[in-house]
This record gives sequence, C-alpha cells and structure tokens, in this order.
Amino acid sequence: MTDQRSQAEIVRRSLKKRYRKERRFRAYGIVAIFIALASLFILFADIIAKGHSGFIKTTITLNVTLDSEQMYLDDPTDSDQVSMADFNAPIIAALQQHFPDADSAGQKRELNRLVGSYGSNDIKDRLSANPELLNTTETFEFQASDQVSVYVKHADNPRYSVRLSEQQQAWVDELVEKDVIGTGFNDILFGRGDSRNPGNAGLLGAVVGSLLTMLVTLALSFPMGIAAAVYLEEFAPQNKITDFIEVNINNLAAVPSIIFGLLGLAVFIGLFGMPRSVPLVGGIVLSLMTLPTIIISSRAAIKSVPPSIREAAEGVGASKMQVVLHHVVPLAMPGMLTGSIIGMAQALGETAPLLLIGMVAFIVDVPGGFFDSATVLPVQVYLWASSSEQGFIELASAAIMVLLTFMISMNALAIWLRKRLERRW
Amino acid sequence: MNANETIASAAERSDHTVTSVKDSAEDTGAQSAPVEEGKTVGKPHADNPKFKLRNVEVFYGQDRAIKDISLDIGRNEVISFIGPSGCGKSTFLRCLNRMNDSIDICRVKGQLLLDDEDIYYSKKDVVELRARVGMVFQKPNPFPKSIYDNVAYGPRIHGLANRKAELDEIVENSLRKAGLWNEAKDRLDSIATGLSGGQQQRLCIARAIAVNPEVILMDEPCSALDPIATARVEELIAEMSESYTIVIVTHSMQQAARVSNRTAYFHLGHLVEVNETTKVFTSPEHELTESYITGRFG
Repeated sequence: MTDQRSQAEIVRRSLKKRYRKERRFRAYGIVAIFIALASLFILFADIIAKGHSGFIKTTITLNVTLDSEQMYLDDPTDSDQVSMADFNAPIIAALQQHFPDADSAGQKRELNRLVGSYGSNDIKDRLSANPELLNTTETFEFQASDQVSVYVKHADNPRYSVRLSEQQQAWVDELVEKDVIGTGFNDILFGRGDSRNPGNAGLLGAVVGSLLTMLVTLALSFPMGIAAAVYLEEFAPQNKITDFIEVNINNLAAVPSIIFGLLGLAVFIGLFGMPRSVPLVGGIVLSLMTLPTIIISSRAAIKSVPPSIREAAEGVGASKMQVVLHHVVPLAMPGMLTGSIIGMAQALGETAPLLLIGMVAFIVDVPGGFFDSATVLPVQVYLWASSSEQGFIELASAAIMVLLTFMISMNALAIWLRKRLERRW
Repeated sequence: MNANETIASAAERSDHTVTSVKDSAEDTGAQSAPVEEGKTVGKPHADNPKFKLRNVEVFYGQDRAIKDISLDIGRNEVISFIGPSGCGKSTFLRCLNRMNDSIDICRVKGQLLLDDEDIYYSKKDVVELRARVGMVFQKPNPFPKSIYDNVAYGPRIHGLANRKAELDEIVENSLRKAGLWNEAKDRLDSIATGLSGGQQQRLCIARAIAVNPEVILMDEPCSALDPIATARVEELIAEMSESYTIVIVTHSMQQAARVSNRTAYFHLGHLVEVNETTKVFTSPEHELTESYITGRFG
C-alpha cells in the first residue's frame, strides 16, 4: 500500500517535468513556423511594395498636329523621306501649346525629354499606316520618359532620385494637374518584348520563352522519367547495376544546376551544333535537371501502390505488363503528376544553366518557335535587376510577382490534382 | 517430367541448406516425437488427383520454408491447410499458382503437376496457369474501380467475351455465384472499395470465378471478416465445391471442420498429417496434430 502510494507520488512529480518538456517542444515548433511565415510575409511584402508600381504606366496624352512642314515630310509612303523626317517636332509643338513661353532651343530639348524616346516612333508608325492623316490633328498617348515616370510615381521615395530640372518638374506638375500626364494599367508589360526603355519594356517575350522552354522540358522529362521509374521499379532485376543506376540518379538530383548548363553548352551547342539562346536547348538542359526529381518521386509513387492490388491482378492472370499498365501506373499517377509539376516549377525558376547556354541575351522580339532566340522569366528578372535605368527596379519586382504567380499556380495545381485523383483510392 | 533450370539450381544448393535446418519439434516446445522429414501420416494420396505434388521444397534464399512435402489434391475436393503461424501453409498454397514467382529469392523444387502437367516447367506460362488456378487473398483486395470492372477484368484480359452482352452475362453469373448479385445489381458502376468488407471479399471471389478457373486457392479468406460475413463465405465455398477444386488456408479450426473434406496439418514446413476432416479433428494420428487441435500450442 505504501509502495503504491509512493510510486504514485513519483509519477505525479515527474508529470510536471514531462508537461513542461512538452510545452517547450511545442513552443519550438510554433517559433519555427512563425519564423518561416514571417520571412515569407516579409519577402512578399517587399516584392509587392517595390513591384506594384511596375504594373502602372505613366502616359502623356497630347493633341499632335501632324504638320508636314515641321516634319519635313510630304509623302509618308516614301521611305527615304520617312527616314529623314523629324517626328519629334510635332511632339514639341504639341507640348508648346501647354507652355507657350518655352521657345528657346534648350527649353525645347527639355520639353522633348518629357516624352519617352519611342514617342517619335508612335507618330511614324501611325503615319506610315495611315498616310491620309498628314496635316490633321490626332490624339496620341505617349509613354512618359523614364525620368518623368519616376518623378510622378516616386517623388517622395528616397530610393529613387529625381533627374528632372526644376523647370521640367514645374511643367510635369502642371501637366499632371491638367490631366495631360496620367497613369494607367501597364498593358505594355504583358504585350511586348524587352526594351532598353523601361516604359516600353514588356514581359511577353520572356513569358512565351518560358512557356516554350517548359513545353520542351515537359515533353522530354515526363515520359522519360515515368518510363525510367516504371522500369526500375517493376522490371529491372535487383543487382549491382541497378543499384549503381539508382545511386547515380540520386546523385544527379544533387548536381548544381549550373553544371547542367555547362553540359548543355559543351554537348548540345558545342558538339551537336544547336543554336544558342533557343528554347529547345534550354528545355533539353532543364529536362536533364528535372528528370531525377521526376524519377525519384515517380518511384516513390509506384512503391506506395499496395502490393495487394498487384497480387489481385496477378491472381486473375494478368501479365506483368497488364499489372503495370492497368493497375500500378494509374494508381501511382497522382504521385507521378505531383512530382512532375513540382519538378517543372523548379525548372521554371531556374536561371543558372540558361545563362550559360546564352538565354541571357537582350531579345526584343517575342519568340515564335523553339528555334527563335528567347529568354525566360527568371533570366528577365536578372537582366532587369542589373539594368541601370531606375524604371527597371520596379519592373524587376513586377516580373518577380508574375513569376511567383506562375509558380504558386503550378504548385496549387499539383495539390489540387493530388487531392482530386487520390480520392478514388 | 523434367524439372526446369530453376529447380535444378535449387537442387544443387539443397544439400548445403538441409544441414543448416534445425530440428523443428524442439523449437515448438512440444514434447512429441520430432517430425520425420517427408513422412506424412494419414491419407496424403488420392486417385486421379487434380494436383499431384511430389517432394516439394521451397527456399527463401538459404531458408528452407517447405520441407519435402508430397500431397494429392482431388478433383472437386475442398481441402484445408491448418497449422501454426509460419508453418508454410500459405507458402505452399502460393506454389500452386506460382504466386511466389514475384519473390526474387524464392525457389521451388520438386514436382508439381496440375492434371499431370508440370506447372513449374520453364516454358509453362504463368498467365495460363493463373487463369486455371484462381486465388482469393487474406485481405479483400478489390481494384479501386467499379464493381462491374472488377469482375470483368479477368475475362477482358483473357479475351473470354467478344461482345458486351457476353461480358455482362459473365459478370452477372459470377456475382450470382458469389452471392453478391442482389446486393450489387443496382450499383454495378459504383466503386468497389465502397462495399463492406464481407461484400468486398465476395466480390473478390466473384472476380476469381469470372475467369472460370478449375481450382480456387483461398488464403485465409475470412480472417478479416466478421462472423456473419464469414458464414456467407463459408456457404459459398460449400456451393462452389460442386464445380471447383478449392484449397483453403485457415487459422480457424472450426472453419476447416465446417467447409473441408480433407484437412492437412502443417508444422514448421513439414506436412505432418492429412486425413478426412472428421478424422483429423476427432482422432488425429500424429501427436503434433493432436497438440495443435486441442490448443496446446499454435
């Protein structure tokens, strides 16, 4: 009796300590989750704070009189004349209507700098398309120059320096007041390729480049990865050779991605003479990188198919092939798809190997096929982040937001597919 | 019949293995005479048997799991295998449709004849064998497909039905024979894993029957079922014995007593005794059998 009571006492005393330990352990977990969430939150907040203005463009809307004398242009269909013509003159004239006092050569030059450098191209393009507009007055929505854009959007932000003269600042303030300078959704970002001028730079080229590259990667790595996984898991004999292969696939998954880039440069471009900077080569290199991920996750998915299902199929006389194709692969498919999508998401965010195969080039045109020079989203971020114009700072962050949106949707798709397909288990 | 290469290579190794096998009776702690290898008391033989099994030995790597068993399984007979866990009854059962093939380290030696044809002959196709010798497993294992597809799977892969109507007929007959038709006829398209455990097991029996096998092997078919579902499956076995040869492994001696014509008692890889079921349970000839059925061990 006394023994039992003292034992209960010992247990009771140890209880306190045990509960304390448990509480401490839980606290560790909560702290870890908090840190993870906080860093994620800081990352997103920073990117959104920097990047949201990248989705806004600054425009200057002017009524421009396309005066043939000012432009030294009589016939907009004559290419010789067009190449010699001065398309800036009507822009300056249109601005002078707002500021009649500014008529010295220096002031004219300053006025002209308010409009982005592609303003004259807008006039030229519209005139070449519609020659009958000569000597009429048309409304144009020009991109404001980088400096004006920075001044309008970030005048109070110490991270940006204003590079407008006092005179120009006064003009811009007045034009903003008159609603001549306005802001709108940056459709150029999603409608055009890269440019040296931040106001005209778009992501479309990079998005299409990424898409083409991912298509190549998917087409190569998904069937190859699944075939390799099915063979290794279901058909390959268990011996030293398969062990060796298995170890090497795991090693491959740990190889730094830049080495795949070197391989692509040496083998596909150097040896096979494939063109540089093209999505085809990028896709092949990325699929080499993605393959081990897909193989490893597919093998895990195949392993997780219950042996009872195999036995059931074998029991009614299904051949090995039928067991695999009718039962194992369909049941392992959710896991295989999840692994593949996560592998693809990794590939989508990969930069280093693509730098080496030349996908870092400055490419203005939107690629039209697998053999056109192209760049991809993460490389575009890299290019813009290292550009000197201030306008690219916000564009880089905006591009990161687009990239992250793609990634998050891919991961969400993976989760959805897994939930959806696994329900029938 | 010539043994195939696998068997030959196993035979080469067998000398080496035999010496490493411990005497079995000591391990169990039973105070009976040790089992003599290859000696089976009772009536292991039958006239014109379906399965004629001679000197069967099974190795898992170096371990000899089945030690020199000879047994005949008669036509349209229900024979049950009983014995303590790990005695080799399931292993032996799985030799009868070569389900052990998928285990790399498993080797089978001896003569296993189905209708006088060696089933381990190297050119023998396991697919054909398994179409003739169906199997029902311990845990109900329906495919995660519809009830219809579960039953239709076997006939489909073997090409037993040319038209949809024929297949429908096979499915209906199989489900009727398995006593599941009334419960399942309105939900043939619903998923099989939604059935209760007992229904799932009857579905697995229907799936096995659908291929129209000659022999059905059952590996503890009722161990995961409640008593009512067990009773239904046992009724089913009694009905099926008219048209099929049934080999059933069971842990329940009552079940063996209820369903089988003959009972075989396995002990540590030996086949100790085979006899008419009533005889085994009322007057066993071997001491080990008696110890087991009276519950002294196992």
